[in-house]
Amino acid sequence: MMITGAEIVIRCLQEEKVEHVFGYPGGSVLHIYDELFKQDQIKHILVRHEQAAVHAADAYSRSSRKVGVALVTSGPGVTNAVTGIATAYMDSVPLVVLCGQVPTFYIGQDAFQECDTVGITRPCVKHNFLVKDVKDLALTLKKAFHIATTGRPGPVVVDIPKDVTALKCEFEYPKTVQMRSYNPVVKGHLGQIKKAVQLLAEAKRPVIYTGGGVILSDAAEKLTQLARKLGFPVTNTLMGLGGFPATDKQNVGMLGMHGSYEANMTMHYADLILAVGARFDDRVIGNPEHFGKEQRKIIHVDIDPSSISKRVKVDVPIVGNVPDVLEEMIKLLDDGFQADPAVADWWRQIEEWRGRDSLRYKQGQYIMPQYVVEKLYEVTGGDAFITSDVGQHQMFAAQYYKFDKPRRWINSGGLGTMGVGLPYAMGVRFANPDMPVACITGEGSIQMCIQELSTCKQFELPIKIINLNNGMLGMVRQWQEMFYSKRYSQSYVTSLPDFVRLAESYGHVGMKIERPEDVEPALRKAFTEHKNDLVFMDFIIDPTANVFPMVAAGKGLTEMILAEDL
Amino acid sequence: MRHIISILLENEAGALSRVAGLFSARGYNIETLTVAPTEDASLSRMTIVTWGSDDVLEQITKQLNKLVDVVKVVDLSEAAHVERELMLIKVRATGKDREEMKRMADIFRGRIIDVTDSTYVIELTGTSAKLDSFINALDAGLILETVRTGVSGIGRGDRILKV
Repeated sequence: MMITGAEIVIRCLQEEKVEHVFGYPGGSVLHIYDELFKQDQIKHILVRHEQAAVHAADAYSRSSRKVGVALVTSGPGVTNAVTGIATAYMDSVPLVVLCGQVPTFYIGQDAFQECDTVGITRPCVKHNFLVKDVKDLALTLKKAFHIATTGRPGPVVVDIPKDVTALKCEFEYPKTVQMRSYNPVVKGHLGQIKKAVQLLAEAKRPVIYTGGGVILSDAAEKLTQLARKLGFPVTNTLMGLGGFPATDKQNVGMLGMHGSYEANMTMHYADLILAVGARFDDRVIGNPEHFGKEQRKIIHVDIDPSSISKRVKVDVPIVGNVPDVLEEMIKLLDDGFQADPAVADWWRQIEEWRGRDSLRYKQGQYIMPQYVVEKLYEVTGGDAFITSDVGQHQMFAAQYYKFDKPRRWINSGGLGTMGVGLPYAMGVRFANPDMPVACITGEGSIQMCIQELSTCKQFELPIKIINLNNGMLGMVRQWQEMFYSKRYSQSYVTSLPDFVRLAESYGHVGMKIERPEDVEPALRKAFTEHKNDLVFMDFIIDPTANVFPMVAAGKGLTEMILAEDL
Repeated sequence: MRHIISILLENEAGALSRVAGLFSARGYNIETLTVAPTEDASLSRMTIVTWGSDDVLEQITKQLNKLVDVVKVVDLSEAAHVERELMLIKVRATGKDREEMKRMADIFRGRIIDVTDSTYVIELTGTSAKLDSFINALDAGLILETVRTGVSGIGRGDRILKV
């Protein structure tokens, strides 16, 4: 039977078992929206801005391992979505973004709401397609899902002109897809894995350094098994939190620009780094020349060959799907693994570093942001999904909320997109409808997607917004304080709204918390009495609080500024 | 160091801009770029001359391989290969220069493919260095226009780039 392109789109999504689509209608996608209206298998989540649609689809995927799907119209719909797409691309999140386009016979004529979607999104997608013939639609969508989810995942954009959604053809959804130009490696090279295991046995000062790849590939369990077998210290990147339990003694904490003292020292002075699904980026190892001064061997496991030896030379590269490679390693270790006796001394050294207690802070007259995160951790039993925006609050969340499970910590690590927190919380909640979700944010970031409070009301999403309000763009202010002689250029946010009344005007619950002793009771109230409400908690925090430890830009990992130094 | 990268890619709209975009986005150099369909019309073959350290070249190769439209990538300059570039050069050919131009073209095994009262168009094929030499050998004031195709390369003997 012949069906229209719009019906084909919906049928393909159904075939892919898509349950939620985040989107915003417009002229070019009206046929698709009409088909959505006629069915009830796929639920459409109407956001208030296309950027939020992509962010929500992104977090939906991050928190559930399903593919996130967003649907936007041509022109401004697409350009609004670009920030979301770039955010997902930098963190390798599998998304399929369906974009309306002007009819094929208008393309190139500067038609109303026309933009070069494929051109604009090219640098920030894993791949993109423009479908010019309705007969190609089903295969293209199949390819889009295939590409988004295999190899190193990422967003795929499918640009669909309006006439293509109106034309008819026979529909058959391909069961499989073969592409001669796209065959990602899965299995790691066994010879390389053997070499790696040999190095692990010889290491005197080893460290396991893990990133977002462990989370994305669902390798946390395997990694934990391997790490326990080895008995080596583990450090996670910002994107890797939850890949190994934060409360485990073997975990030395997050490393990098705002990593713990012990994590950065362990990483720097290790004689063997086992890097798993991580990419040695500038926020993690600081200055690569400083990092390169120490003699060490590096084993690097990653599914993306271009991540290997990009910033740091690697001795044993292993290209492959992380859980498969770890599985092979565990098998080889089962034949009898004996760590070098010197590792015991290494641990003594690490414990000494840990003794510095680099995350110490004093709770004084004002509420300290660290304190709020610690209390949130206690009140939620460490088992909530936490989303964050970008800035100081993001670092406090990463440092003080101890993630024991993967996919619980949802933030924009690569692109560092302010405004993601609230739409991320929405996406998480749709993917995990019974779980508590908190969005840790600041008064700067939250205002970048504040309109989504309306979406939250429409869908009754009981998100808890933890607004760490210092009246300033905290991270900008911190840099200006430290590196620009306290010239606070444009980092004050004046004319803030009354967030309590703002929340109430959207139909939510608002709370303002100004005293340290009120923090815990307010949180308890939010998570019990207001369990089913969205609660906007405006915490008025110490405006001078800074994030420590800190490795300043261009400095080496060991050149940390600690709170105690000041 | 100078490298010649050969790429087989899907002959699809936009494939060229994916490669060109990759080079500009990551700050890699392109000296020349040529592209045309192969004997299999669904595939294009592209030759890029670039330069950079071994580390940069390793990244270029890996990043190219990552593009979904790219089927195969080879660094031709890693082993035995031949390279050719075609140039069309229009020169002033009047008076005594007319004979001189003919002689120069012969010396470089070029062919004169267009003649007017006052100009020649000379076709010359060879390595980029040979084309450079020819330009240098001419009186600069007599060169009216040049157009070069950029380098095409192929591996010698059993080195075959095919799907």
